[in-house]
Amino acid sequence: MRQQLMEAPGRPHCGRLTAFNGREILAANGRAEAVAESLWRISDLSVRYGAKAALSSVSIDLPRKAVTSIIGPSGCGKSTFLYCLNRLSASIDGCRVNGRILMASTDLTAPGVDDVALRKRVGFVFQKPNPFPLSIRRNLELPLKEHGMRDRASIDDAIESGLRAVGLWAEVKDRLNSSAQQLSGGQQQRLCIARALVLQPDALLMDEPCSALDPMATAVIEELIHSFCEKNLTIVIVTHNLRQAKRLGNYAAFFWCRAGAGYLVEAGPAQRVFDAPHNELTKLYVAGGVS
Amino acid sequence: MSKRTVARTFDWPGTVLSAAPILVCLVFVWIIGSVLAHGLDQISWSFLTEAPTRSGRAGGIGPILVATALILAVCITVALPIAVATAILLAEFVSSKHRGARAVRLSLDVLAGVPSIVFGIFGNAFFCSFLKLGFSILSGGLTLACMVLPVLIRTSEESFRSVPLSYRLGAFALGFSKTRTIFKLLLPLALPGVLVGTLLGIGRALAETAALIFTSGYVDRMPSSLLDSGRALSIHIFDLSMNITGADAAAYRSAVVLLALLLVINGIVICASNLWKRLAGLTAAV
Repeated sequence: MRQQLMEAPGRPHCGRLTAFNGREILAANGRAEAVAESLWRISDLSVRYGAKAALSSVSIDLPRKAVTSIIGPSGCGKSTFLYCLNRLSASIDGCRVNGRILMASTDLTAPGVDDVALRKRVGFVFQKPNPFPLSIRRNLELPLKEHGMRDRASIDDAIESGLRAVGLWAEVKDRLNSSAQQLSGGQQQRLCIARALVLQPDALLMDEPCSALDPMATAVIEELIHSFCEKNLTIVIVTHNLRQAKRLGNYAAFFWCRAGAGYLVEAGPAQRVFDAPHNELTKLYVAGGVS
Repeated sequence: MSKRTVARTFDWPGTVLSAAPILVCLVFVWIIGSVLAHGLDQISWSFLTEAPTRSGRAGGIGPILVATALILAVCITVALPIAVATAILLAEFVSSKHRGARAVRLSLDVLAGVPSIVFGIFGNAFFCSFLKLGFSILSGGLTLACMVLPVLIRTSEESFRSVPLSYRLGAFALGFSKTRTIFKLLLPLALPGVLVGTLLGIGRALAETAALIFTSGYVDRMPSSLLDSGRALSIHIFDLSMNITGADAAAYRSAVVLLALLLVINGIVICASNLWKRLAGLTAAV
């Protein structure tokens, strides 16, 4: 079984691996296990980019104050799913969202949602570090000022505590006015995390935050995610690295794709999903990926 | 093949290719040199401030400089806000495949290639006659504004488009609305590019003769208001060298001033752009 997964060229590609051992594996859309206390309750979520379906009928509850890792092959709608959680999907041309996303008691799919307030509560970290081409200070100051902080001293305090939270303060405190783009990739990514954290969000969405980083920088970011979890932040992280998902996640959700559209295969406590998956597809993916 | 053989072989394509830029530089040096050689010696402060006498054969170019500055000021004041607004609309609010946007872009490209004399005739018909502004600095500036709009819009649009999508998404994800993203992030990042476009526009406007003959006229006295007629520097040079006998020296002197003016405006805009980058905390060229 492992052999066959390895034969697939590179990373499992959507559509190619629907057939194992010569037979089709078409898992039914999974209904995730119930979680104790959820921050997002998502039912029957479908997303289209123009005519192309990206996600079909995903139903899942994402636990509050825990790390949920989302795994699956490229192109199975993991990032799209993440974009729906802070309505970044609404800012993407041609993206149409159907279904229901409840965050706490707010319906994110209803008209008239306050995007600004939502995104202040839900931070986002992109795959590729994207600090603005401004100084380190300006990168952190910009969101603070945007959300109404005017007082110089409190801005400086917030900048310092944000940088401390990502372990960057000692490294950059003497060059806050120099370019953020002179930082190394790992430092840039931590700056982007700090930029999301200065707004004191309840949740952080991370879209493969380590895929552009070396193993050392990755270890630093993973360490940070652990520390955020202890501070009761809700974290949803998309990752291609199954070891990382296993290390980080309290919960895991496995996505796959069928006819170009992603769907949820199974979700539950990470331990259970990795060690005793219910679905055969999950079993194959987890076994192939972790070897 | 060893390195030594490569070095010894005569490099035909390289020689031909490097001849081209040398030729370009020579032509440039020749033009500048001849203008300077003919005109530099008699330039003085009084030449820059006094009014021309004997049809420009003697005296200075004071009123002409004032008229030129006023025409340029009208042109940029009108064209820049319209250009930036259009560029923001085209780059940020309309998909690049939108039919209307494509039509706008196509018409801008056509307009950019329209000979300036046509703009002159249009300006004369529309601003001077239809809007009854007459031969005036206002008519001339507005005509020039129409003329530089295409290049200003296209360069501004390009500079907005060159801001990576990841910055926009980053700003949205931090809770910036679209409008706030444009004004707080994209505009500051795109401004140096917009200034380069403005520079191109100023260059074109300053060199313009044909469009102004029909609109701002060529009265060489000091303009009393924007509704007064005024002679631009390039028209002055044209007039001195083509219509007035014995005014060649004055024409060359005015040409030196025009060149200097271009250089000074270039310098000012580049300094402004650098100053802006520092003030806005921009740390990398966009």
